[in-house]
Amino acid sequence: MTRDPVRVTLRVNGRPETGWAEPRTTLADFLRQELGLTGTHVGCEQGVCGACTVVLDGAAVRSCLVFAVQADGCAVETVEGLAGEGAPGREAVHPLQTAFREASAVQCGFCTPGFLMTALVALRERDDWDRAALRERLGGNLCRCTGYQTVVDAVLAAAPEVRALEGEGGRR
Amino acid sequence: MKTAPFDYVRADSVADALAALGSADDARVLAGGQSLLPVMALRLATPELLVDISRCPELRTYRREDGVLTVGAAVPVRTLELDPAVGGAHPLLVRTLRLVAHPEIRARGTLCGSLAHADPAAELPALLLATDGEVEVAGPDGPRRVAAADLFTGPFGTALGEGELVVSARLPLPAPAARWAVDEVSRRPGDFALAGVVCGLELDGAGRCSSARVVLFGVAGTPVRAAGAEQLLLGERVTGAVLDAAAAAAFDGVEVVGDEVHASADYRRRAGRALVRRALAAVAEDRS
Repeated sequence: MTRDPVRVTLRVNGRPETGWAEPRTTLADFLRQELGLTGTHVGCEQGVCGACTVVLDGAAVRSCLVFAVQADGCAVETVEGLAGEGAPGREAVHPLQTAFREASAVQCGFCTPGFLMTALVALRERDDWDRAALRERLGGNLCRCTGYQTVVDAVLAAAPEVRALEGEGGRR
Repeated sequence: MKTAPFDYVRADSVADALAALGSADDARVLAGGQSLLPVMALRLATPELLVDISRCPELRTYRREDGVLTVGAAVPVRTLELDPAVGGAHPLLVRTLRLVAHPEIRARGTLCGSLAHADPAAELPALLLATDGEVEVAGPDGPRRVAAADLFTGPFGTALGEGELVVSARLPLPAPAARWAVDEVSRRPGDFALAGVVCGLELDGAGRCSSARVVLFGVAGTPVRAAGAEQLLLGERVTGAVLDAAAAAAFDGVEVVGDEVHASADYRRRAGRALVRRALAAVAEDRS
């Protein structure tokens, strides 16, 4: 029993990472402060806004509602893992990110990492989203700028390419 | 806000968890954490110790046996929702789960956690009450079962005692002849209900109602049986006039609680009656 920092080991975007976390440190703060992965944004810190959404063992979750110690030994995907050199079959920018840019689904960008990770999981779940169902599927993420239309446009536009990429074993 | 500091123990078994719960004055059980973490982040709860049961192997299972679906305390509800076998055995459960928050919350949140948290606006306590479910509890004085009708004592209040732990929920599977519906009014999908209903009817060979269950949630301090509506349905053919009368009586004797932020008591009562009427019609016409 302890409230002192304990060692936490995760597989983050395919790489083993270790750090120290007090029991009260959320996964979001652990990723940002201990591992320096500041792409995951912390908005409300109470599970309402979805900005901190990451993929934990394959499921999209709120990283502000998971203590880092609970995730010990788990695999985490963050926005940093979407694109970049070294990611097999990946360009510098992920098709979802390209689609967000082309559809103007980004304004201030604060909510974007959360939307991207939710959308990634949504497109892994199925590739035949209709607009209404996708709106509801993305309903746990808040955006205060775009009005959501362009976000939904972007995810629908990216679906075929994301499915192709995931099919090539792009999922880590 | 960040939570206040606390001690943390990961329990590997129910026995471990009970020992840990007994070791501190203010210990709380952590499973999915989807209700507890927000409460702690708001500093509405500042437990001294969290006992993490989310990796207890014995709590991570669910099974169907003798007409009952028993769900361990560490099973995320998204697992149930996505399991076709659960959907086949208990379609009402899956329809109810789809009203609970968002998939990202359901990926971690648990059935037993929702029952122990006892939010009066939550769907799952109402489902447990409507279907005569119960929870299996472990504690310092041994195991016991608590029926839904005895479990919910007030807003965020349960009959669980100091050091007790819900180890599983027992959901009787709906009878083949029963028809059920669940519905709610909320501002957006995924929000807590401003008014909600779980209702079920069984009709006999002559088309008369032989069993009626109407449970309201989001309108009072706990989920509550709409006894007025149930009585008007029993023994009747479920005509439009009967459904009108039942919906009108749904709030008889129910102490409706409103608030200035989400919805007044008057709104909840009026929306609730319309909702009961709609849900009963769906059940009566078997298009739930």
